[in-house]
Amino acid sequence: MKHLDEYRDPERVKYYIEEIRKVTKNHWNIMEVCGGQTHSLVKNGILNILPAEITLIHGPGCPVCVTPLNLIDQAVYLAEERRVTLCSFGDMLRVPGSKRSLLESKAKGADIRILYSPLEAVQFARRHPELEVVFFAVGFETTAPANALSVIQAEKLGLTNYSILPSHVLVPPAIEAVINDPESRIQGFLAAGHVCTIMGLQEYGPLVEKYNVPIVATGFEPVDLLQGILMTLKQLESGESKLENQYSRVIRPEGNPEAQQTIFEVFEVADREWRGIGTIPGSGYEIKKKYSPYDAKRKFDIHIEHAVENPACIAGQVLKGIKKPPDCPEFARGCSPENPLGAPMVSSEGACAAYYHYSNTTEKA
Amino acid sequence: MKVRLDCPLPKLDFDMITLGHGSGGLLTNKLLDSGVFNLFDNKILHERHDGAVINTSGKTAFTTDSFVVSPIFFPGGNIGDLAINGTINDIAMCGGIPEYISVGFILEEGLMMEEFWDILVTMKYAAENANVQIVTGDTKVVEKGKGDKIFINTTGIGPIHPDASISAGNIEVGDKIIVNGELARHGVAIMSVREGLEFETEIISDTAPLDEPVRGLLDEFGRAIHLLRDPTRGGVATVLAEIAKSCKIGVEIFEKELPINEEVGGACELLGLDPLYVANEGLFVGFVKAEVSEQALDKLRTFETCKNARIIGEVVESHFGQVVLHSKIGGKRVVNMLPGEQLPRIC
Repeated sequence: MKHLDEYRDPERVKYYIEEIRKVTKNHWNIMEVCGGQTHSLVKNGILNILPAEITLIHGPGCPVCVTPLNLIDQAVYLAEERRVTLCSFGDMLRVPGSKRSLLESKAKGADIRILYSPLEAVQFARRHPELEVVFFAVGFETTAPANALSVIQAEKLGLTNYSILPSHVLVPPAIEAVINDPESRIQGFLAAGHVCTIMGLQEYGPLVEKYNVPIVATGFEPVDLLQGILMTLKQLESGESKLENQYSRVIRPEGNPEAQQTIFEVFEVADREWRGIGTIPGSGYEIKKKYSPYDAKRKFDIHIEHAVENPACIAGQVLKGIKKPPDCPEFARGCSPENPLGAPMVSSEGACAAYYHYSNTTEKA
Repeated sequence: MKVRLDCPLPKLDFDMITLGHGSGGLLTNKLLDSGVFNLFDNKILHERHDGAVINTSGKTAFTTDSFVVSPIFFPGGNIGDLAINGTINDIAMCGGIPEYISVGFILEEGLMMEEFWDILVTMKYAAENANVQIVTGDTKVVEKGKGDKIFINTTGIGPIHPDASISAGNIEVGDKIIVNGELARHGVAIMSVREGLEFETEIISDTAPLDEPVRGLLDEFGRAIHLLRDPTRGGVATVLAEIAKSCKIGVEIFEKELPINEEVGGACELLGLDPLYVANEGLFVGFVKAEVSEQALDKLRTFETCKNARIIGEVVESHFGQVVLHSKIGGKRVVNMLPGEQLPRIC
């Protein structure tokens, strides 16, 4: 923990706030792409110590929030109808499907387990050959290597009772979709540090050039975030647009080649639907044909009809940064973490939940 | 296991609990005669009546709690001392001096007698340690799969301390908010075994009786102790948010003052949990009159379980109904109640 303390040091925070004040001359809208960054900004109370000229807009980088309704329905179907042991990361459980969430499904008797890693699911499948184990493989580029590795391991072990329900989304196409949205007001991006740790920086250069927009790969601690904001502001105020790396203690420009190799052994890039946003071309991973016995969708031949989203939820606009959570008429009224209408209210990385938990909510019912 | 040396498992002609042990017939009697009655030795229990007959007079604290923790053995304790300490602490939070406890067991068929015995011995010592007597009880057995090894319900009773006046209504602006020790240890200890996580040093649950330190505070400061609460499930954040909301007071807490063990903090970081919302079993939050708060802190620190006692915040005359946390880096945020379960994050 010691090495993290220096990135939470109040003196260094003060220094960066001062520098940000000195640099800021105009109004700027900056998007922090990753939900982990949103969480840290709100949890540490950073939003209310920044100059009023800077508006941080919370991006779509919360994998739980953008997992389509239909996939949750598929997971519920597998657990309830096909009686599989469905393993999942914890915060997927409360996300509402069209009929119910996995947590409700668990309460009804489905075998749903919270795990921290897909490799645990492989071990579980190995110990329980009598059970059919499916891992709900949700996440950005960050969780993809471990999910891919679980498939490779399962194959090596000759397991026939393990598969994954992949729900992978990719960051760069989402940034491009946000830039291209006609309502978008974003002038600079803090790219998600952990995603870049895996994938490197090379995918972001073309975006910077094509759209003339500053992108700074940024970490998650208060000092990281403030330094990332400062780097973005310096570019914006001087009319520059460059790709920069604030999180250089972790990110190598080429990323992690071994992890990338593992990903592309198992997955291939495919179009993906994002909850609340729609389909973004080339923004997800599907399992390659050669690993199809480990693809739950093929293995169980799942066909679930697309259900309609709750029309009251403005998650799409929140995820694209067009609206802030409190702008939603249902925020903290019809929609709360106990009773969420949409996914951003569920995960602690979701913008709505982050606002609900940590910001001033005196107007709450 | 140290306790077992003093109270070895008696020789029995069964090694696990079966449905018959809950029948009320011969097997139930065999189980109780095997040593349970001797273990919790006291006159009232030895009456073997349908209930306990005890003396009470004046204001009395009375509470009940059920324990369903899994796993039943964890670093620093087991479901047995949790069940005794939990009820002792609930009485202490009311300003009561715990005297008598009832114990109800719901056992799942197949529970190993050795495990059950370990739990019983732990309960014996936990009760003796806090000077309370287990005076009545009940044992039921459910079919395999209908329980989770063992569930325990305990009910406790005890007279209110003569100088105590503990009520949320006593809280006033300026009150200091004290905790007697480190946050989040129980929840993280449980998570570490549940998730099979290994840390450099084992994280031990904080389960402990709080009756002594509370009595110490009440003996010396009486009515200046305005409110006591034990932040078990939902953690310190949930208790404070609940008090702020129901009493319409403003509460301010300071992140840098929160006593959090380095290992526990690291584990929370890793698991994506906020220590403010993690369960505690040997912790209390006290609202204390400002004038005596420093002395109260000194007094608390004389008790073994309260060496890390700290003032973490105060009651203020603004943002009524809300808890505001001042972050280490100088930001502010509102602290709300925990909605549902705290679920681990993806990344």
